[in-house]
Amino acid sequence: MALKGWKEIPIGGVIDEPGKSREYHTGTWRVLRPIVDLDKCTHCMLCWLYCPDMAIEITVNEKNRPQMVGFMYDYCKGCGLCADVCPVNAIEMKPETEFLEE
Amino acid sequence: MPVNYIDMARTFKSNAEQVGIVQGHRLCPGCGAPIIAKFTLMTAKKLGFEPVVGLATGCLEVSTTIYPYTAWTVPYIHNAFENVAATMSGVETAAKSLKKFGEIPEDRKFAFIAFAGDGGTYDIGLQSLSGMVERGHKVLYVLYDNEGYMNTGNQRSGGTPTGSNTTTAPVGKVIPGKVQIKKSIVDIIGAHEGVYAATASISDPADFFAKVEKALNFDGPSFIAALSPCTRFWRIPDSATNSVSKLAVETKYWPLYEIDRGVYRVTRKPRQFKPLIEFLKAQGRFKPLLSRPDADEIVNKLQEYVDKRWERLLALEEATKDKYLR
Repeated sequence: MALKGWKEIPIGGVIDEPGKSREYHTGTWRVLRPIVDLDKCTHCMLCWLYCPDMAIEITVNEKNRPQMVGFMYDYCKGCGLCADVCPVNAIEMKPETEFLEE
Repeated sequence: MPVNYIDMARTFKSNAEQVGIVQGHRLCPGCGAPIIAKFTLMTAKKLGFEPVVGLATGCLEVSTTIYPYTAWTVPYIHNAFENVAATMSGVETAAKSLKKFGEIPEDRKFAFIAFAGDGGTYDIGLQSLSGMVERGHKVLYVLYDNEGYMNTGNQRSGGTPTGSNTTTAPVGKVIPGKVQIKKSIVDIIGAHEGVYAATASISDPADFFAKVEKALNFDGPSFIAALSPCTRFWRIPDSATNSVSKLAVETKYWPLYEIDRGVYRVTRKPRQFKPLIEFLKAQGRFKPLLSRPDADEIVNKLQEYVDKRWERLLALEEATKDKYLR
């Protein structure tokens, strides 16, 4: 993000946009990448509940049940808490070096 | 019906901006503090409150509001280290006054929530917290207890447990880490009488939500102390935040109870307890203590202490049943 010059900064240096931290991608910190096996997943939402970075992507299906979709890799810091709380071991932490080509 | 997290998932989906704290904050991977903030804000929103957040200086404050970013999408105020409770008292009173003068509609339900670490609660912020509770402001004060000044690099605080290795009370030849006992902050706040005070743990979300709900609907000040494992200075793996919290509850180290206007109630009574040594062994901060020749003696003493405290809690629950002080 290009920083603002002294002419553009709001008076008092206030931050005028809520939730602006999303412009900063904490995903670059990651050394382990969570990979979900959706065949095993029971959509219990524990990973969604515990993720400290709100990096689990979910939707709601036509039966009004929440469904796990995947991870927001822009923000996931790779702590592995999701894999730890998963009751069916559907999430695997893989070293980021395996994904170097991407 | 009590709030549950499947319902929450249905409401909030992946839209963190509706929760109040969003992605991109720079807390350590696996930190417990954003989980506590998220649990509290989600419950408040789910119950139809509009959260207004105040933060004491601490990990959560410095990492979520690095200029020019902010991770908050709810009204947010930070003043200084010692006075989050006083600041939120003012915010609450101002809202009351504005309602009286017709500047804000009467029917808006606000949840005034103060988040503070253990430094800002046990030590530095104790006087303002005590003042807030004594004056009876309707503010929910949430303590995320990571048991030390972790933001500045693991200095000892009033919340650091006995035997923990910190930079200002290191384990050495003469002293076995911190020698004093962790303050029982919930009892201190509970002794103010007209207050709802409780302990909570992220390993038990249902209990956590129920306590936040009770606190928000309580007519007066409320206080929730939640254990927030610090992956860096508890020397635990990033993924162990939940499992260590769970161990703390199962070993009686962090009993889950509440004090409602003087009435004690233990909210979770595990059928079987684990020995305290399992909790200590799971963390690197107790490793220097456990490698001392007199480790067994100290661990036995600590075990005795947690057993005694648990017995005392059960006795207090029995003795104060239905005897509300106010």
